[in-house]
Amino acid sequence: MTYALVAGVLFGLYFSLVGIGLNLVFGVMRIVNLAHGDMLMLGAFIAVGVVGIFGIDPLFAVPLAFVIFVLAGLLLYWVLVPRLQGSANPEMLSIILFFGLSQVVEAITTIFAGTSERSIQSRLLGTVFTTIKVKWFGGKAGGAGPIQIFGQGFPAPWVIAAITSLIAIGFVYLYLYHTRLGTLTRAVMSRRDEALATGIDVDRVSAAAFGIGLGLAAVAGVFAPFMFGSVTPAFGADATVTSFAIVVLGSLGNPLGTALGGVVYGVFYMLVQTYLSSWADLLPYVLLILILLLRPSGLLGRRVRVA
Amino acid sequence: MPNALKHLLFILVPLIVVFAVLPGVYQNHLLLFNFVIFLILAQGVNIIYGFTGYLPFGYVGFFGAGAYGFAIMVMHLQTPAALAVLVGGVVAVLLGLLLTPLLRLSGAYFAIANLAASLAVLHFVANPALEGITKGPYGVSLTGTFNPENAYYAALVVLALTVGGVIYLKNSAFGLALQAVREDAVSASMAGVDVIKMRVIAWLASALVAGLAGGIYAWYVSVFYPDNVFSGDFSIFAIVFALFGGVATITGPIVGVLILYGIYNLIGFTTPQYFQLIYGLLIMGLVLFLPAGLVSLATRRGWHVP
Repeated sequence: MTYALVAGVLFGLYFSLVGIGLNLVFGVMRIVNLAHGDMLMLGAFIAVGVVGIFGIDPLFAVPLAFVIFVLAGLLLYWVLVPRLQGSANPEMLSIILFFGLSQVVEAITTIFAGTSERSIQSRLLGTVFTTIKVKWFGGKAGGAGPIQIFGQGFPAPWVIAAITSLIAIGFVYLYLYHTRLGTLTRAVMSRRDEALATGIDVDRVSAAAFGIGLGLAAVAGVFAPFMFGSVTPAFGADATVTSFAIVVLGSLGNPLGTALGGVVYGVFYMLVQTYLSSWADLLPYVLLILILLLRPSGLLGRRVRVA
Repeated sequence: MPNALKHLLFILVPLIVVFAVLPGVYQNHLLLFNFVIFLILAQGVNIIYGFTGYLPFGYVGFFGAGAYGFAIMVMHLQTPAALAVLVGGVVAVLLGLLLTPLLRLSGAYFAIANLAASLAVLHFVANPALEGITKGPYGVSLTGTFNPENAYYAALVVLALTVGGVIYLKNSAFGLALQAVREDAVSASMAGVDVIKMRVIAWLASALVAGLAGGIYAWYVSVFYPDNVFSGDFSIFAIVFALFGGVATITGPIVGVLILYGIYNLIGFTTPQYFQLIYGLLIMGLVLFLPAGLVSLATRRGWHVP
């Protein structure tokens, strides 16, 4: 029981990181980024590449993936979004547009990387910490063993991923509530038209949110090989559905609600997997539908239901 | 001559005749069958998305439910295939009824909830705990009813009914009311349209169509796994085909299927990832440059497209 709960919280924090980028994009632009899971997948491939080429700790892939994807996001934004916003029904068409994008990403990755599963030895993650420990405090070198929490051992990568997620969510909070651009972002989130009318450069704010959203997805992707065992180019589609479940749980359009949604999802997932494993696959979807119907604004959030 | 009759004579009849004659001239029977199935599904999407604006991202849920309704009737009750297909349609309608609360959601929320619903049905059917009823993830084999010729003609009948339904929507007060609801539900209800009833009827009609198609698909292929008949590709393909041609028209989805599924078969089988690339780019180009579909090329010039 303790194991399932703690593992649920660890996974949940990671899941929050998976969902938060998607939510930021939806909240600001009312765009459903169906290619979100593919950004995760690409982030995972960056991690695989960093390990494969340099043989260093995959944690170094985190800033690299973030920067690359923020830039890619800005570029993609200017190519795709203004044109989409001009159409009759951007919310619906965005689903289809980003489905197309996810097909393109998956196809290109398959062409260059093949369909085989990629994984990273989990002891490589966090080697930077053990190296520092060995250099400064002595002691024996080698991979990090299981980390003890409440008397139970958990794989080190889970803990590291959870901590990184917390830090990332903290940064999102700082960005949204303590920077000027973040305040403008929240203004656009709550009323796009009025924000435009007050002279806010909505396009610039949206582009920043889009870039950050993609960057966060890629950071989450770096840990995907450790959390899910391995990644393939086709892994993106499943990740997208899971992200949606988390985001809707928390509430669409409220990035910080996602943190709560992720933890709730993680704990539920671990509990069901422990006690009712054959029904575990069904859970996220049923949970998603129930939440949408009973409390459509998510656990934290404003009213969204119409008619 | 009234418009409805014109549409029947010049769209429905030629379409059915061509697909009824083709098996005699063209050898790849399975390919023709898939064309018919996608024509049905694209028109089913057209009914719900084109006329009410709800994007059924988990449309395959009805298709799979129909296939499994068919399979269960044949496996456990040894019903004749044609009857089992009807049961498949009924199962899909029941699933549609179960999911009517989703219609309260709007926009992307509906699409996501519908996707989740279809995945929930998939995992329900594929659950090893239900092996006694659905055979769980191990798939079903229905060699007793295997009869591709009859299944093909049954599919043609369903296609005729579906296209007929769309012709009705296009030419009736009911279809007009639906489109009014799509554009502005509040104004439509002020004008005396029973919004909820309209939406539910369209929703169940499109569920019925997909369920019948699923039953016939099960009849035709006779051996399948849950992942086959609940494959998200069915939803996506049907939606993209319908959109590519242009929704809320009779001809749009037909043109979309013939062109896109034709391209798919030309290049898709040999090099799937290149097809996926072209397909993705095509979809993106479509949304960015032709959001109202191919028919908008004609309507922009002021031509009327049925």
